[in-house]
Amino acid sequence: MTEFTPLASLLGGALIGLSAVLMMLAEGRIAGISGIASRLLPPYADDSSAERSAVAGRLAFVAGLVAAPFLYTAVTGAAVVQAVSANFALMAIAGLLVGFGSVWGSGCTSGHGVCGLARLSRRSFVATGVFMAVGFATVYVVRHVIGG
Amino acid sequence: MSILVNLGLGLLFGFGLIVSGMSNPAKVLNFLDLFGTFDPSLAFVMGGAVIVAFIGFRLVLARDRPLLTPRFHLPTRTDIDARLLVGPALFGLGWGLGGFCPGPALTALGLAAPGTLAFVPAMVAGMWAARLLAGRRV
Repeated sequence: MTEFTPLASLLGGALIGLSAVLMMLAEGRIAGISGIASRLLPPYADDSSAERSAVAGRLAFVAGLVAAPFLYTAVTGAAVVQAVSANFALMAIAGLLVGFGSVWGSGCTSGHGVCGLARLSRRSFVATGVFMAVGFATVYVVRHVIGG
Repeated sequence: MSILVNLGLGLLFGFGLIVSGMSNPAKVLNFLDLFGTFDPSLAFVMGGAVIVAFIGFRLVLARDRPLLTPRFHLPTRTDIDARLLVGPALFGLGWGLGGFCPGPALTALGLAAPGTLAFVPAMVAGMWAARLLAGRRV
């Protein structure tokens, strides 16, 4: 069981949306985490200084994501609550699927699920519908068919 | 300048993930467990984010250009191809198994839970494999 947290979740969601809006305002780009993270990896578009500066910007964004829990604890004094499965093989397979699938489908929860829906993109509505449906089905099978 | 702005935006995004509870895989998996220990919180995360982005994008895109670059870079494709179905299906399967999508996984990295340390390198490998397979089109 996890506690239902509508207000904190709405506020946190609004901060995520704000970050996406400010990314559009500053850099003119979609704040899609799979796109930002995967484009740190080669092959790069070209060898131009614009591309190098874009890669440096993406690296800084990812550094900010990684540093966020430490800022959160410094600001609020609260520890970050997390329960991650310790099943190494399961988590490695899940990671492979999430990494491959998000790049193959041109986006994840942020790029399609937040930015794409907010732009009323047809592709993002399809992608979000598919990953939500498969996510619901996967947890159903794991918890109520296999685990049940 | 761009580096500092991106660092700040990453911090803000990660802060939002933590405040919202989305950085906790247990909460994500309970959201996806409609017929069990269902926790609807994540619908509020998505709702809050989409509403702010929906209004904010309209204000920002009314401008001639962004602040730090000459022009906006927006996706232009509208076609529904096989890749747009297969990719999110694989993503949804991994999301339902591990409870992590890319943002929360990166936010969790420094907390170094064993499951996270298995997930993140595998996720990076998966991203790289997809990029190599797809060439420069992604």
